Amino acid sequence: MSADHLGQLRREGRIVIVGASLAGLRAAETLRAEGFAGELTLIGDEPYEPYDRPPLSKSVLLGKASPHRTDLPHRREIDAKWRLGVAATGLDLSAKRVRLADGDEVEYDRLLIATGVRARPWFKEDEARLDGVCLLRTRDDADDLYQRLKAGPRRVFIIGAGFAGSEVASACREMGIPVTVAERAGAPLVGALGGVIGAVATGLQTENGVDLRTHVTVTGLEGDATGRVRAVHLSDESVVEADVVVVSLGSMRNTEWLNGSGLGAGPRGIACDAGCRAFDFRGIVTDDVFVAGDVARSPHALFGYQFLSLEHWGNAVAQAQTAAHNMICDGADRRPHLWMPAFWSSMFGVNIKSVGVPPMGEQIMITQGSLAERRFVGVYGYKGRIIAAVSFDNTRWLEFYQRQIERGAPFPVEFPTVDRRPEGRPVDADFPDPSLPTHGPMITLSGYSPADQQLVFHPARH
Amino acid sequence: MRLVVDLNKCQGYAQCAFLAPDVFAMHGEESLIYNPHAPEEQRERLARAVAACPVQAITADGLEGLGERGTGSAQEAHDVR
Repeated sequence: MSADHLGQLRREGRIVIVGASLAGLRAAETLRAEGFAGELTLIGDEPYEPYDRPPLSKSVLLGKASPHRTDLPHRREIDAKWRLGVAATGLDLSAKRVRLADGDEVEYDRLLIATGVRARPWFKEDEARLDGVCLLRTRDDADDLYQRLKAGPRRVFIIGAGFAGSEVASACREMGIPVTVAERAGAPLVGALGGVIGAVATGLQTENGVDLRTHVTVTGLEGDATGRVRAVHLSDESVVEADVVVVSLGSMRNTEWLNGSGLGAGPRGIACDAGCRAFDFRGIVTDDVFVAGDVARSPHALFGYQFLSLEHWGNAVAQAQTAAHNMICDGADRRPHLWMPAFWSSMFGVNIKSVGVPPMGEQIMITQGSLAERRFVGVYGYKGRIIAAVSFDNTRWLEFYQRQIERGAPFPVEFPTVDRRPEGRPVDADFPDPSLPTHGPMITLSGYSPADQQLVFHPARH
Repeated sequence: MRLVVDLNKCQGYAQCAFLAPDVFAMHGEESLIYNPHAPEEQRERLARAVAACPVQAITADGLEGLGERGTGSAQEAHDVR
């Protein structure tokens, strides 16, 4: 692009951001901070200004915050035109237009797609409609679930023991509500952290009074005559009576609106290059469509250039900033998105944090502390180097391990560590076969993971 | 006042929980629970918490602080050999 053209874009161009949540907001702020003076439009399907989601499963369910009061602070004025409560329904790449659910069309010079993910609903639609069957993704979901928990249900049943399901279970126990958790795999959190850590999570749940059922699937939800859920049927033929069922089966990427657009978008997200530019369906990079946040998947140099989709709060912020910067810059000034994956969770009073990509790990060694005390750092190794680390109530050490991942430090860990115990030998990290469906990990390795063998390519009509 | 804590950065120093206990509370040894919407009368305490956070993890409307910024690798490309 010529300097003239770029200058004109920065002065009077039209930038449209589809997705008005964390990534969309931070991108808008970055565009203005870096001098974009043109027209900025944010489109969001929810009728709310950008709000923060992590508190919804934590402080909101604990009654420490209102579900409708988690709006994100703004870092600066963004002087944007907001189109809230109206979903984008289509994209015309050649005419550079976004179609909206109300029939309107919005033209752009540069587009940022940050449509994120939504909760995967219960797969039987009639059962999903039963009163008392809940999801947890939006603030309306959180409001509904909180009201139901406050009403003192006899038992809450949670389908799926990933982070979200486990956090809900933790909140229930704190409120003194009986709770059953069903997990297809052998332990909670195994998709994200493997079986060694999953065993610690099992202990956490059972000691806190959760009725944890593993290696089972839910076969059906049973309603009463008034359309309220009353029981859950399991694959081991047991039946659990419950009046609230929380479906916590991971998420689905919001890409359906791009079907037929010609963009490289599908159930795994929207593929983009390291500069956040979207690929079209031929694998050719576009130069006016950018992607950020949960819906994006992009190659990462630290992890074998595999395409990573990261459903991480920090990734949404970092990728939005990089995408926004690159949208109003020329080649040499552009930056790659090489954010170190990191996430946190807290459940049953324990702080769980991770850096790197644990599901790539073949082995794990506990370098500090002890699994039995639930206060430790575990380091994951992949082909002789450190690929990830996880901490339980030991977050202050993680930054050190992040540096080790960045420099490709050898695994098994060679350096001495504080509080090393005899248990600190490398063992199999015990991740489930990635080609088997689980509740859905928060990191999807979609470059050349073994699960790719399960993918069938269905060319769409473009 | 809207606020958000970058919990990737938070290391549980608990300065905020001492300085603005009606907004921030520790939950267990190092988990932080906070109210993302602090009442206006908490502004001064919140400002102290934002300033005192050793890892500058708190962003709040109209208060100076690094907040989500300066997350190291989040900002800069690293030389990955």
